[in-house]
Amino acid sequence: MLSDKDRTLLKLIAQDCRLKPEELSIQTGLTVEYIEKRISDWEKEKVIVGYQPMINWDRTGDDKVSALIEVKVLPQRGYGFDKIAKRLQRYPEIKALYLMSGGYDLSVLIEGKTMQDVALFVAEKLASLEHVQSTATHFVLRRYKQDGIELMGEEETLQRLVVSP
Amino acid sequence: MNNYLATHVATLPPSGIRKFFDLVATMKDVISLGVGEPDFVTPWTVRESGIFSLEEGQTMYTSNAGLFELREELSHHLSKTLDLSYDPHHEILITSGASEAVDLVMRAVLEPGDVVLVPDPSYVSYAPCAILAGASVNYVPTYAKDDFRMRVQELERVYTPKAKLLVLSYPNNPTGAIMNREDLLPIADFVSKHNLLVLADDIYSDLTYDQTHVSFASLPGMKDRTLFVSGFSKSYAMTGWRIGYVAGHPDLIQGMTKIHQYTMLCAPIMGQFAAIEALRSATEAKNDMVTAYDRRRRLLVHGFRQMGLDCFEPLGAFYVFPNISKTGLTSEEFAEQLLKEEQVAVVPGTAFGPSGEGHIRCSYAYSMEQLQEALKRISSFVERRLNI
Repeated sequence: MLSDKDRTLLKLIAQDCRLKPEELSIQTGLTVEYIEKRISDWEKEKVIVGYQPMINWDRTGDDKVSALIEVKVLPQRGYGFDKIAKRLQRYPEIKALYLMSGGYDLSVLIEGKTMQDVALFVAEKLASLEHVQSTATHFVLRRYKQDGIELMGEEETLQRLVVSP
Repeated sequence: MNNYLATHVATLPPSGIRKFFDLVATMKDVISLGVGEPDFVTPWTVRESGIFSLEEGQTMYTSNAGLFELREELSHHLSKTLDLSYDPHHEILITSGASEAVDLVMRAVLEPGDVVLVPDPSYVSYAPCAILAGASVNYVPTYAKDDFRMRVQELERVYTPKAKLLVLSYPNNPTGAIMNREDLLPIADFVSKHNLLVLADDIYSDLTYDQTHVSFASLPGMKDRTLFVSGFSKSYAMTGWRIGYVAGHPDLIQGMTKIHQYTMLCAPIMGQFAAIEALRSATEAKNDMVTAYDRRRRLLVHGFRQMGLDCFEPLGAFYVFPNISKTGLTSEEFAEQLLKEEQVAVVPGTAFGPSGEGHIRCSYAYSMEQLQEALKRISSFVERRLNI
């Protein structure tokens, strides 16, 4: 379990990983040394697994297509779904991979330049895998919210009084 | 038409904040640290339940005291969070914001000739409400050396046998000061000794940092002497919904309800439904806001100290109250010159009472980016003044 202080620190880093230990120290009251040690521990423990900006690629004008693929898989004796998942996660085209409850087994998020790229990947790499029983491909038409950030619409400026008691 | 105005209204001084507001309104590109309300929007789940209540056609008056469901929920909430026990049937009245509750308390208990003891500095409406209720005010100065906590010595100094009501407003606007149990106990003795009533304005009780709020009403023997005032504006970022409340002895609540039923009838129903939802499911959203305030608070205190100014550490509300007297300027001069030279709006401490002299109130209900930019500008202003 995380302590309250550590949880606050981790949440802060999750919101903005550009904050330097000195800034984090001012904003949390924790010492720079403590923060540096904690971050380095979390990196080693794979609690922090990377530092990435969140990019709304739709706004860049670059071609990009994503699809969510529902995959039904025959679990393998002794391995369950892990063996096939381990194999799938190596494909750079696959951006996210989850084991699901319900009507299918694996949820695979794939990104490609064109719909054809994605379709080809599904047909050649995914559907043809041993133990894969079926796939159903759902293309993403529009992203409204991602990683907790609302992507749609302009930020409205709220009119607060400039000075109030 | 001025001669039509009642004398006590005509002679009521305008709010010091208002004067400053008019000045700021004439300027462009101002970064303001002058706002006394959250920068967050009401959590979605709360807004959604307000919308749902409209869809359901909940557009009528409620009972004078407010929706029973809300009073009941509040009763649980106060018991759980502040160790207070109020009967939702007779001891809680829902008002249009805590501001109405303050006014009701004053009007229900004060008579001409009565004196109200008001912390100095403090929120701008206590003294005018007391005066409108026919009473007068004795300020109880509080000092930076005491972290702006109220001390009994000062209370004894300004006490008069005509005193009937003591206002306690902690966490405090504008100083950010809090009063813990040890600070409150001697005040409770003073209140018993002089047989006073207390208006405890606990509107900022959820916004404390590294401390849990202790309510005066929870001290031994103080429940019946205390009118506990609070609301949803600050904790749940719900200023515009206008939902507050007052809790206390049934006799006093009944008196206030009489005034409320003739002058306000009831608090807005949509806000009352939203408030129920806030109590039921916005605790996490509230805690996230408190965490965000805490970061900003630390940033501002650090920033002012870096400038070489004395800035005591506020442990509540969302204001810092640095001492600017080193610059050789009065609070008003500082605020005016800062606004003109750097386009940063802060509120002079004197807007909150004479003891605010030498200080400015800076709100941290702003984004980190705005606060950082404001600090940069204030810093260059202060540097120029210190180097003269």
